[in-house]
Amino acid sequence: MSSVTYPQSTARADAVSARVAASRSLTLKASHTAIWLAVCAIAMSFAALTSALIVRQGTGMDWKPFVLPPILYLNTFLLLTSSATLELARKQIAGAAANSQSETRLLSHGGKWLYATLGLALLFVLGQTLAWHNLAAQGLFLATNPSCSFFYVFTALHGLHVLGGVLGLLYANRRLTLGFPFATASPLSVAAVYWHFMGILWVYLFLILRIRM
Amino acid sequence: MGKIFAVVVVAIAIATAYFIVGHVYWMPEDISVHGHVIDEQIIETTAGAGILFLLGQFVLAAFVFLYGDSKGKRKLKAWPGGAKPLIWAAVVLIGIEILTLSFIGSKAWGAVYFSPVDPSALPIDVQAEQFAFYFRYPGPDGRFGGTHPELIDEGSQNYFGLDPANDVAARDDIVVASLTIPVNKPVLLTLHSKDVGHSFYVRELRIQQDFVPGIMIPIHFTATKTGKYEIVCTQLCGLGHYNMKAYLNVVSQDEFDQWLKGQSSGQ
Amino acid sequence: MDQASTQKVVPHHEPPHSFIRKYIFSLDHKVIGKQYLGLGLVAAFVGMALSWAMRIHLGWPDASIPLLSKLSSNGAPGGVITPEYYLSLMTMHGTIMAFFVLTAAPLSGFGNYFLPIQVGAEDMAFPRMNMSSFWITFLGFILAAATFVIPDGPPISGWTAYPPLSAVGPDAGPGQGWGQNLWGLSIACFTIASLLGALNFLATTLDMRTKGMTLSRLPLSVWGWFITAALGLLAFAVLLPCALLLMLDRLAGTSFYIPGGLVLSDKLQPHTGGSPLLFQHLFWFFGHPEVYLIILPAFGIIGHVLPTFIRKPLIGGWRVLTACMVLIAFLSLVVWGHHMFVSGMSPYSAMLFSVPTMFITIPSIIAMLIWIFSLYGADIRFSTPSLFSLGFLSLFVSGGIGGFFLAQPSIDSYLHATYFVVGHFHFTMGMSAVFAIFAGFYYWFPKMTGRLMNETLGKVHFWFSFIGMYGIFMPMHFLGFAGHVRRYSALVDDYLIPLIPTQRFISIVALIVGAAQLVFFFNFIWSYYKGKKAADNPWEATTLEWDTASPPPFDNFGGRHLTVYHGPMEYNVEGSKGDYVMQTSPEPIGEKT
Repeated sequence: MSSVTYPQSTARADAVSARVAASRSLTLKASHTAIWLAVCAIAMSFAALTSALIVRQGTGMDWKPFVLPPILYLNTFLLLTSSATLELARKQIAGAAANSQSETRLLSHGGKWLYATLGLALLFVLGQTLAWHNLAAQGLFLATNPSCSFFYVFTALHGLHVLGGVLGLLYANRRLTLGFPFATASPLSVAAVYWHFMGILWVYLFLILRIRM
Repeated sequence: MGKIFAVVVVAIAIATAYFIVGHVYWMPEDISVHGHVIDEQIIETTAGAGILFLLGQFVLAAFVFLYGDSKGKRKLKAWPGGAKPLIWAAVVLIGIEILTLSFIGSKAWGAVYFSPVDPSALPIDVQAEQFAFYFRYPGPDGRFGGTHPELIDEGSQNYFGLDPANDVAARDDIVVASLTIPVNKPVLLTLHSKDVGHSFYVRELRIQQDFVPGIMIPIHFTATKTGKYEIVCTQLCGLGHYNMKAYLNVVSQDEFDQWLKGQSSGQ
Repeated sequence: MDQASTQKVVPHHEPPHSFIRKYIFSLDHKVIGKQYLGLGLVAAFVGMALSWAMRIHLGWPDASIPLLSKLSSNGAPGGVITPEYYLSLMTMHGTIMAFFVLTAAPLSGFGNYFLPIQVGAEDMAFPRMNMSSFWITFLGFILAAATFVIPDGPPISGWTAYPPLSAVGPDAGPGQGWGQNLWGLSIACFTIASLLGALNFLATTLDMRTKGMTLSRLPLSVWGWFITAALGLLAFAVLLPCALLLMLDRLAGTSFYIPGGLVLSDKLQPHTGGSPLLFQHLFWFFGHPEVYLIILPAFGIIGHVLPTFIRKPLIGGWRVLTACMVLIAFLSLVVWGHHMFVSGMSPYSAMLFSVPTMFITIPSIIAMLIWIFSLYGADIRFSTPSLFSLGFLSLFVSGGIGGFFLAQPSIDSYLHATYFVVGHFHFTMGMSAVFAIFAGFYYWFPKMTGRLMNETLGKVHFWFSFIGMYGIFMPMHFLGFAGHVRRYSALVDDYLIPLIPTQRFISIVALIVGAAQLVFFFNFIWSYYKGKKAADNPWEATTLEWDTASPPPFDNFGGRHLTVYHGPMEYNVEGSKGDYVMQTSPEPIGEKT
C-alpha cells in the first residue's frame, strides 16, 4: 500500500499550504482509523459489563426488576435525532465544499445543525439525570439492588462517553473553523463515527436493560 | 563466547533433568483412590515435556556451538526445506501430545469431578475462615443443623453459627479443628467460606479446591492410607494465610468410630 | 542514503524550544519513548528492591532490614518484616513489575521510540495523545508508590486482587483501606494510558508508513508492537470495567463481587448476592492476554535483533513468525479459564479452557523452531545484544515447558498456587521478556544516544543474569513438585521446613543477580556520558532506524522522505554487493516479498 495521496496542487503556487494540507489529510486518515478502533474498545468494555450483568443476575438470586423511567424513551429520541442533525451538518459542509473555489480555506464552521446536535446531546444528558432523580425518588439507589447498580453504571458510563463526544464535536468544529482541506472527509466525520456509535450503544443498553427487567 | 554459551546451556539442561528425573524434590506418596491417574499423567507429561525441553536446549546449544562467528569465512546456508518441515513437525508432534494428554487428562479430571458420589459417603461440612479450617460432622442424628452467620461467635467457639437452642438438628453436630476420617471409605466434603476466598489442599490426596464465598462446593474422595497429613490454605486470604492449616488424620474404621463416639459423648 | 526523495516534508509539529517542551511535556515520540524507558528502569529498580526484601524475609524471617523500618514502622518494626507487610511488598512487586516494567518498557518505551522511525514516519499519529499517555502512566506509578507512604500501607491482596479480600475494605486486613483504593486508581490510570497508546500504535502503523513500506516490509519489531496494541485494546477494555465494579463494591456499597453472609473482623458484612467468580472471569479475561502483551513485543524485538547478529533472515521470512504472533494473540483471548481450574467454576469449563491452552503451544513452538533453526548455517556474532537474544531462546524453552503441566486441569490441581507457577511465570515474563528488553537496550542504545554500551560490562551482566536467573527460578519448579505453596510470608508447615535451605539458596542467588543488574544500571549511566561514540549503523543492520543519525534528528530523518525498497532481513542476499542491503537502498536484488 503506498503511503499518502496528496491532493492536487491548486492553481495557487502555495507549496507550503499544499504540504500542510498533506500533513493534515494524513492525520485525518489516521484519526478515522483511530476512532473506529476506539469504538471497538468501548464496545468491548460494554460487552464485559453486559456479561457481568448476565452473570450477576443469574447467580445472585436477589435481582429485583423495576420499571424503567419513561423519560428514557424521550432521551432515546433526543439522542437519535442528534445523530440526524449531525448528518445534516455534515451534508451542509460537503455542499459548501463543492461550491467553494479553494480547497484549503473552506466553510467556517458546522453551522446551526451542529449547534442543534450539541443542544440535543445536552438535553439527553439532562434527561438521563432526570431518570436518576425518578429512581431516587422511588428509593432506588446505586447499591439498593443489583438491577439498579447496573442501571446506574450503564447510564453513567454512557453519559460520560456522550459528554466526551460533545467535547469531541466542539474540537472538530474548531478544526473546521481553522480551515480544512478535504475531499469527502473532515474532522466532523471522524467525530460523527463516534457520535453515531453513542446512539447505537444507547439503544443497545436500553434494550438490554428492558429485556433484563 | 558461543562455545561457552553452548556448554552452559547443556549443563543447565542436564542439571535440571537430573533434579526432575531423580525426583530430588518430588510429590509425596499418593494416598487416594484417584491419585494414581493424576500421577500417571504427570509422569507422561514430564516425559513428553522433558524430551522437548532437552531437545530444545541441546539443538540451540549445538547450533550456537557450530555456527559461531567465523568472521565472514564460512559460507552461510539455510535450513533445508525452510519453515514447512518445522511447522509440520510442531503441528504433528505437539498435536499428538496434546490429544494424548487431553485424553488421559480427562480421565484424571473425571475421576475427581465427574465420578458419582457414593451414597454411603461420610458427609463433612468444612468451613474456611481467616485463618483456620473447621470441620463439622452431622452427629448421631445424621443431619446437619442450619448455619447462621449472624450467630457466629469465635469466643464461644460457635464457628459455624449454629443455633442449638432452637434447631434440634444442630444440637449433636460435632465441630473440630482437624479432619479425622476412616481409611478406605468415601468421604464427601462440602466447602464453604466464612469470609474471603481460601483453598483446601492436601498434597497426598492430590486434591486442591478453592472455597468461594457464597457457594457451597462439594468434593469427594477416598483415602487409602492411614497417617497424619497437612491441609494447607493455598488461596491468599490475608496476613495469616501462611499459618492457615489443619491436620488430616486418616485412621482405621475402628479408631474412627471410637473417636466419633468420644466426640459425641463429650458434648 | 536515498537521493531520489529529498522532498521536504512539513513536520507534524514544530520543534520545541523551551526546556519544558523539550524534556518534560514533549510531543516528540523519541523523548516520550525515553521517558517510558526511564520510568521502566526506575520501576524495575523499585520492583527488584521489593523482591530483595521478600527474598531476605523468606530465607531469614527474623532478619532486620533497617531501611524498611524507616519506610514503615508498622510494617517492619525494627526492620523485621511482618506477615502482612510481606504480602504488601509482594502485591506491589507484582503490580509494579507486570505493569510499569514489563508492559511499559518493551511496548511503550521501545515501541514509541522506534515504531515511527521503523515505518518511516516523523512521529506517532497523535503526538499530544502520546504525551498524555506517558504522563497518565507516570501518575499511575506515583499512585502505586504512594501506597508505601500512607499509614496503612499497600494492599495485601496480590496483584490479582481477588474479592472479597480486596473488596470489603479495611475489615479484611491491613492495607485494604486506602492502599487498595490507590492501587485501583493506579491501575485505572495505567489502563487508560495503555488504551490511548494502543490507538496511537495502530493508527501510526496503518496510516503513517512511508513510501514503499508495505506491510510485507515491516520489521518484525513493528509487527510485535502492532499485534500487541490490537490485543491490548481488547484486553485493557475489559480490565477497566472489572476494576470499576471492584471500586464500587469498596466505596459505594454495591455487591457485584461480594456475596451475603460474610463475617470479617467479627462484623457481618452488609453485602449480598455478588459473585467472586465474576471478578475472576473478568480479571483473567484481561489477565491472560496481559501476559501475551508482555511477551509479544519481546517476540518482535528478538525477531528483529536476531537476524542482525546471525547475518541471515529468519526462516519463513516475516510471514511465519507474524502468523504465529497473530495466532497466539487470538488464542490468548479464549484461554483465561486456565487460571481458574480449581476456582469452583464448572469442571466442564475447565476442560473447555484446557484445549485452547494446549493449542497455544503450537504457534509458540513454531516460533521457537524458527528462531533456533535460523541459527543453522548462520554466522553468529556474539555481542551483548545477541547473547541476550540467544539467552531468551533458552529461557523461553524452559518457561514454555512449565506451561505444558499447568495447562492440564488435573495436573494443575496439584501445581496450582505452588512455586511451580511462580517459576513458570518468572521464566516467561521475568526472564524471557526481560532478556528481550535487555537485548533491546544494548542493541538500540547506540541509536538513542550516539554511544555504545561497554561490551565487557554487558557480558558480565549477561552471564550473571543468565546463570543466576536459572538458579533462582528453576528450583522453584522443583519446589512446586514438592507442593510448596506460594504467597506464604513464612514457612511454618511441617513439610515446608525441610525446604527452607532451598529457599535460602534461591535468596542468595537472587541477591547476587540483583547486584549484577546494578552493573547494567551503572553501564547504562556511564555509557550515556562516556561511552565510545557509535557510528550511525554499528551493527550493520538493515532497517530504517539505522539509516539516520545517532541519535536521530527531531523529525527522524533530517528532512528526508525515505522510500523503502526491500524487506527488513536482507542479510547475505544472493547477488548483492555487501553482506547486507538496507531497506532504503535502491540496489536491486532478486527477492520475493
